[in-house]
Amino acid sequence: MGKMIINGKECEFTNERNILEVIRKNGFNVPTFCYRPDLTKDFGACRMCVVEIDGRMIQASCTTPPAEGMVVKTNTEKVRSIRKTILKLLLANHDRECTTCDKSGTCELQKYSEEYGITDADVKKFVQRKENLPVDNSAYTLVRDPNKCILCGACVRACEEHQGLSVLAFTNRGSKTVVQPMVDKDLAHSECIGCGQCAAVCPTGALTVKSYTEQVWDELMNPEKKVVVQFAPAVRVAIGEMFGIEPGENMTEKLNAALRALGFDLVFDTNFSADLTIMEEATEFLGRLNNGGKLPLFTSCCPGWVKFLELKHPDMLDHLSTCRSPQAMMGSIIREYIPQYYPEFKPENLVSVSIMPCTGKKAEARRDEFKRADGSYEIDYVLTTQEIARMIKSAGIDIKNIKPEKADSPFGKYTGAATIFGVSGGVAEAAARTAYEVVTGQELKDVVINDMRGTNRVKTVELDLNGTHLKVKIVNTIKEAEKCMREIKEGKADYQLLEVMACPGGCINGGGQPMSCNDSEIKEKRARGLYKDDETGELRKSHKNPDVQELYNKHLEAPNSHKAHELLHTTYSNKRKDCYISVGE
Amino acid sequence: MSETVNSKVDFQTMEEILKSFDYKKSYLIAMLQKVQAIYKYLPEEAMTYIGEHVDGLSPATVFGVATFYAQFSLEPKGKYEIKVCDGTACHVRGSLPVLNAIKEKIKLEEGKFTTKDGLFTLEIVSCLGACGLAPVVVINEKVYPQMTPDAITIILDTLMKEEQ
Repeated sequence: MGKMIINGKECEFTNERNILEVIRKNGFNVPTFCYRPDLTKDFGACRMCVVEIDGRMIQASCTTPPAEGMVVKTNTEKVRSIRKTILKLLLANHDRECTTCDKSGTCELQKYSEEYGITDADVKKFVQRKENLPVDNSAYTLVRDPNKCILCGACVRACEEHQGLSVLAFTNRGSKTVVQPMVDKDLAHSECIGCGQCAAVCPTGALTVKSYTEQVWDELMNPEKKVVVQFAPAVRVAIGEMFGIEPGENMTEKLNAALRALGFDLVFDTNFSADLTIMEEATEFLGRLNNGGKLPLFTSCCPGWVKFLELKHPDMLDHLSTCRSPQAMMGSIIREYIPQYYPEFKPENLVSVSIMPCTGKKAEARRDEFKRADGSYEIDYVLTTQEIARMIKSAGIDIKNIKPEKADSPFGKYTGAATIFGVSGGVAEAAARTAYEVVTGQELKDVVINDMRGTNRVKTVELDLNGTHLKVKIVNTIKEAEKCMREIKEGKADYQLLEVMACPGGCINGGGQPMSCNDSEIKEKRARGLYKDDETGELRKSHKNPDVQELYNKHLEAPNSHKAHELLHTTYSNKRKDCYISVGE
Repeated sequence: MSETVNSKVDFQTMEEILKSFDYKKSYLIAMLQKVQAIYKYLPEEAMTYIGEHVDGLSPATVFGVATFYAQFSLEPKGKYEIKVCDGTACHVRGSLPVLNAIKEKIKLEEGKFTTKDGLFTLEIVSCLGACGLAPVVVINEKVYPQMTPDAITIILDTLMKEEQ
């Protein structure tokens, strides 16, 4: 507790770690590149946040703790000149092809250069680094362009602090410093799980989501092709942000309409297959519970988590549910049944696109397990929320005022249990709702399990299904998941179900969502949006979804049937050889 | 560097090294020094092994440390490590002609540090602290003072003959 003076205004501070927070809380701002509220705060790499402090001269506000009576000025001639010099020096070594850069418009370097009026002549005073480093385009998920890196270390911290993986690290020294994976490995052959959290915090175009929009445009414009699309739970509560709509606002029906306007021939909802996932996974779980199968069962919806297990803990793969993710289930259901329901959709002209909040889903869709006999994949293209918003903008569609439309049948209906898949704890909550009714044969009145909600990275919940006691552990981020792996290996795990989502908070905060730089307020609003969708819907339990029931009645017989296994389940394998040359194996 | 990887690095040696440092992240530099003392360089498998088995490290972070310090080499070194001092004193007293004489004698290719036969590795180092003896060359810890192009050629000739 104390008082300080910022730009002549008396400001109170309490437990803020640095004066940057105090400055921002009091309605002032200073530019930052490396500062990310969710990551190590006093990193102090970029020095853009310098301020003038009476008696202390110039200091970086992110590394200076507040003190009683401090007099801070955020916008003096001196600090402006320092910030301008930093910008000029960064730009001198920067690939300045802004118009063709994926980050154009959301790039912070671009934004501050404009705000501080940096001119071409300013930058050309400095000699530009001659050598151009190769761009790493190897992965399905992300593109790394070291020529646009300003060495702020946000990605290095995101990978280390969220995922505990440290795929990216500072290498070499001084002017030769590069942020890169081990040795000369590209991302595709590193232990990168594709979560995209590094791209989500990158202030420039050094790490971007690999874009497939051009390929999708080609398919949409091709009159021979019939394009089917599905979109994930977390997309609906975030896409509005790119059109100036509040985070958390449910855009499901407007998005349905916008997708049709873009030229998609059929619009389905991944929420439908999330309901399907619950049917399969709850059945698998109860099967394992009753028949002494491998427990705890791990959820398998998150592609980053699945890849992590295949790379780091291949010995634990038998814990992983064999259920495909909702995206992949929808992919196979579309291939199998759409030509039956819609005769004009033939196997050879059907194109399947999915829209995900997730960068890892792009790699998931390219798994060998989802390869078809002719070499193509069940899902042809995966777009992120960012990419589809850009397509909607470029087509001139006014999504704000478009008339809402329903999804197509027969795979368009969903329940509240499915929509909360997009937030950490949601899969477990949805599974519990169905498991309760299956086990007890009674109707579950109060469907909300509050202990499974909230932004905590670790949640443990005990359930009582009329005498059957269960313990469920819910974690988000791979760093927490790794701790669970140790617990299980050491025999200390007392839970039967483990839900893991790789991104902090779950899919709502995925690497493909609109840039929020890990802002926890935005994250919470998106989560609230999904919970509201659950509360306001008519149906809140997956097994009550009429479309799902019809699919089982007409085609799949029952959960975990032979046909269901063929279409809705998959296998996993040790992927260490793709990535490591290691001794002792 | 992956083509130079050979299966010399074995699991047991690595395990012994890590154990001797209690698998502690804070001993990373010491671990790397030990690995380099055994293999004469830091093989990729060794860095990966440390990165995977020490808490709080990853292969990339180990690589980051290895590339930060000039003392670590990522390429196999020759049997003889020749260090030519190019500190101020050695430089003004003619270290460059000595350096050129060595390059010519051991037939070092442009842009390489180690000869094809794996016999010699040439390094330019900053001050070795023996300015009174300038220009100085060190071959495998042995110091050769007041070098001239002729003198170093004779020394290298002797070494090469021993090897034949």
